[in-house]
Amino acid sequence: MAARVGVVVFPGTNCEHDVVAALGRLGADAHLLWHGDEELGPLDAVVLPGGFAHGDYLRPGAIARFSPVMGAVARFAADGGPVVGICNGFQVLTEAGLLPGALQKNEHLRFLCAPATVEVVSQRSVLTAGVEVGTQLSIPINHFDGNYVCDEETLERLRAEDRIVLRYVGNPNGSLDDIAGIANEAGNVVGLMPHPERASDPLLGSADGAVLLRALLERARAAL
Amino acid sequence: MGPIGILPVSRTPEPVAYGVEMSDVGHETEPLHRALGLTDDELASVIEVLGREPNPLELSLYAVMWSEHCSYKSSRVHLRRLPTEGPGVLVGPGENAGVIDAGDGIAVAIRIESHNHPSAIEPHQGAATGVGGILRDIFTMGARPLAVMDPLFFGPLTDGRQRWLFEGVVGGISSYGNSVGVPTIGGELTFDECYAGNPLVNVLCLGALPVERLVLSAASGPGNLAVLLGSATGRDGIGGVSVLASAGFSGEGAEPDDAKRPSVQVGDPFEEKRLIEACLALLDARLVVGIQDLGGAGLACATSETAGKGGVGMDVDVSAVPRREEGMEPWEVMTSESQERMLAIVTPQDWPEVEAVCRRWEVRATVIGHVTEPVSSDGVAVGRLRLRDGFDGPILADVPAASLADDAPLYHRPLAPPDDREARAAEDPVGVGPIDVEGDLLALLGDPSWVYRQYDHQLFLNTVVGPGGDAALLRLAGPGLPPSRRGVAVTTDSAPRWCALDPRLGTALVVAESVLNLACVGARASAVVNCLNFGNPEHPEVMWQLSEAIDGMAEACVAFGLPVIGGNVSLYNESAGTDIDPSPVIGALGLVDELAARPPGAGWTEGSSVVLLGERAANGRFPLGGSRWALERRARRGGTLVSLDPEAHRRLVELVRALVAEAVAGGQTPLTGVHDCSGGGLGVALAEMAVHAGTGAELGGIGGFDELFCELPSRALVATTDPDGLLGRAADAGVPAGVLGTAGGTRLVIEGLVDLEVVEVTGAWRQALPDALEGV
Repeated sequence: MAARVGVVVFPGTNCEHDVVAALGRLGADAHLLWHGDEELGPLDAVVLPGGFAHGDYLRPGAIARFSPVMGAVARFAADGGPVVGICNGFQVLTEAGLLPGALQKNEHLRFLCAPATVEVVSQRSVLTAGVEVGTQLSIPINHFDGNYVCDEETLERLRAEDRIVLRYVGNPNGSLDDIAGIANEAGNVVGLMPHPERASDPLLGSADGAVLLRALLERARAAL
Repeated sequence: MGPIGILPVSRTPEPVAYGVEMSDVGHETEPLHRALGLTDDELASVIEVLGREPNPLELSLYAVMWSEHCSYKSSRVHLRRLPTEGPGVLVGPGENAGVIDAGDGIAVAIRIESHNHPSAIEPHQGAATGVGGILRDIFTMGARPLAVMDPLFFGPLTDGRQRWLFEGVVGGISSYGNSVGVPTIGGELTFDECYAGNPLVNVLCLGALPVERLVLSAASGPGNLAVLLGSATGRDGIGGVSVLASAGFSGEGAEPDDAKRPSVQVGDPFEEKRLIEACLALLDARLVVGIQDLGGAGLACATSETAGKGGVGMDVDVSAVPRREEGMEPWEVMTSESQERMLAIVTPQDWPEVEAVCRRWEVRATVIGHVTEPVSSDGVAVGRLRLRDGFDGPILADVPAASLADDAPLYHRPLAPPDDREARAAEDPVGVGPIDVEGDLLALLGDPSWVYRQYDHQLFLNTVVGPGGDAALLRLAGPGLPPSRRGVAVTTDSAPRWCALDPRLGTALVVAESVLNLACVGARASAVVNCLNFGNPEHPEVMWQLSEAIDGMAEACVAFGLPVIGGNVSLYNESAGTDIDPSPVIGALGLVDELAARPPGAGWTEGSSVVLLGERAANGRFPLGGSRWALERRARRGGTLVSLDPEAHRRLVELVRALVAEAVAGGQTPLTGVHDCSGGGLGVALAEMAVHAGTGAELGGIGGFDELFCELPSRALVATTDPDGLLGRAADAGVPAGVLGTAGGTRLVIEGLVDLEVVEVTGAWRQALPDALEGV
């Protein structure tokens, strides 16, 4: 049975169709969820895709965290359900308190859309389980606010608990400790700035992102 | 559909109350019509149309609608000479966008526009609202906007103000385009002194739709509701088309016309994003009869055009229009260019459902009027646009709806070639010989990635070739489209330095270059759009340039079998009395039948043979007139262009297209690189191939610096692992071909002319723009 993945749409989200298509290529049964919904329905995983939820007004993710769907996403996560936030989705997860730290403006204060090389540094997450540590992947980034920051204590915990799952090779945005993606304590909630769905077809230049999405679907299916 | 008439339809014949005070506009020393930009003759025409004196509100409607920007009054007589029909054309010029049938049940909509004057005044918002405006033109047709391209023209970046303009424009496109969720997949950069006082910001948008969803902007069905969607109306952008877009800049460059800044609109990409989704949802559910965006001239244009095109009338309750500010006068409401608004015509039965869709997307929807029956006047049915204060309230203005568009003046302005034309042609730059060939070559290189890395160019997972290639190549796919294996390619091209020497031949050469650029990614050109950026049409030499450029475009398009399916004319691009060089921009659309693999790209691989396709010389000579080398390295603006041989060009284009199409269809190919040979000539094309490959080459047979930098038309460079096969194909196709040498190693060597490490070439290419912006 195909893994059922809900892809959350806030007003201003724009990568939802891309994520549905990329997951669909890998055999998932992916469909859109509306931000006003208070229930998720039967699901094996949730993705918060990229874009500009609520225009990024105030701060990226700052308004989206109040959308009704986020209560349901938090409950799903608390029950151990896999939740992945990509780019703006990562920002929403930090604003919602499901992941620690924050994403601030890129060091050079410009938007950056470019391929990035990231290295898998931990398998302790639904996105990297089974992916060999040290694997380098070419996956595009596309953000203005992707510069990860957290306090010293949080950074120590992230390191100690092996929760930094992806690091940049050649830091493009000033992120603390080259962080490109992190997980929560249980490893079922992951946020990352690179867009794996944009690297899911060799026709588009790279299929490396499919490595991560496939790992997510494996994990979601295992829970079925 | 018959009249439904849930709203009372008044037949009041004459306006009974005006309620208009135009103290903000009227100048005490000149009559109102002149202050609004109308000539005395144009006022006389208005009086003839109405059969009476217009009131001030009516006058303000005619002033914006009969502005150069809206009416094309100086260019229309010439634009008629363009070929507009072709087998795949679904919608030609005159609608919001041109549309072609791309096959597989998918139609592609394309349009190009300028936002030059707003960007000169306020670069960030000017460029941002340019993007917003063109997106609305595309989704008005029922198409989802899928890609944007931005040709940009500034003065040299050695000047601080130009750097401010440049960074502001790029930042505006980036912040609006990325947020609204439409990828920016390419564009062009041109720097020349002539744009210092009047930069050009053009924007092209491409969208796609299932063929059956195609909608047009005509209103129909008396009794149907006119619904305003999107933002509330404010005082921003009042007079944008007349004050700003239809007059030149008088300032001396440093701070041109700060007083015009309030005429620049302010954009809100989040509002636009919701508006796109709401409108596409309404169209999907077939809840609208007609739809029109609000752009230049705001409600005045949208209401009169939808009614005029449908041959019906419209009653508009000005007081029902939601406002951002208190105390706005009716003329301000009607001519405001507040962004992110659409006018939809819906049946009363569908209104509750329309409201529900809009509520979901948090888009404001307000009934502001209704469609009315045409009124018989001397036996002719005429749709009247009536502005009222309250749904059944007093009539503030009453004009024939179609007259605002159809009765606009049409000028045959005087035209004459510039006085210095022959002297300039005689001034061949070849005499100013070589000093440092390698230095010149390095100085002509520039990597545009500083710009496009700020643009999301990948959204929708369609971008196979993005910015920086000869043309952008996209999968023909998008949300809601039927599946297809086809690809769609787009390019924007211009060469004002050619057009300044010879606008007719220069424009034809630009069309030729566009067609070749499409071929370099395997696409067959199917249609073009154009943005004609010129100076002051009241200058006879500018009108001559415009007329010549249109003829050149028409000749090339006829020769290549291309319909012109849309365009935009931007005049009054002048500063302190000096016109810009004629700057026609061509946007060309091409199709790939089978897109299964990436095209070879503009590089080469170790061991490949580098082959030049096309004529080596023009009658044994290598003229440098109009070349980037002459202009940028020697500041020489004279000489003549090499003429275009359309038949030879067609043979070259078809050969290149066929070779690349075989590769992108997924077949085995010996091709390892393809690059069009254009601005900067062979030298720049070869250097760019080395940079893209990260590999050098040993090349020879190039006779001198003039052969290296001359910009002969109809040439392409191909790298291949099977040179004999390629030479055979070229011979069969009737295309001259010669092997220049072999790729490989770490040095780019062009015998007797260039011997440089590829890392040095790459460094010069990569650092050119960042260094210029740092003031290095």
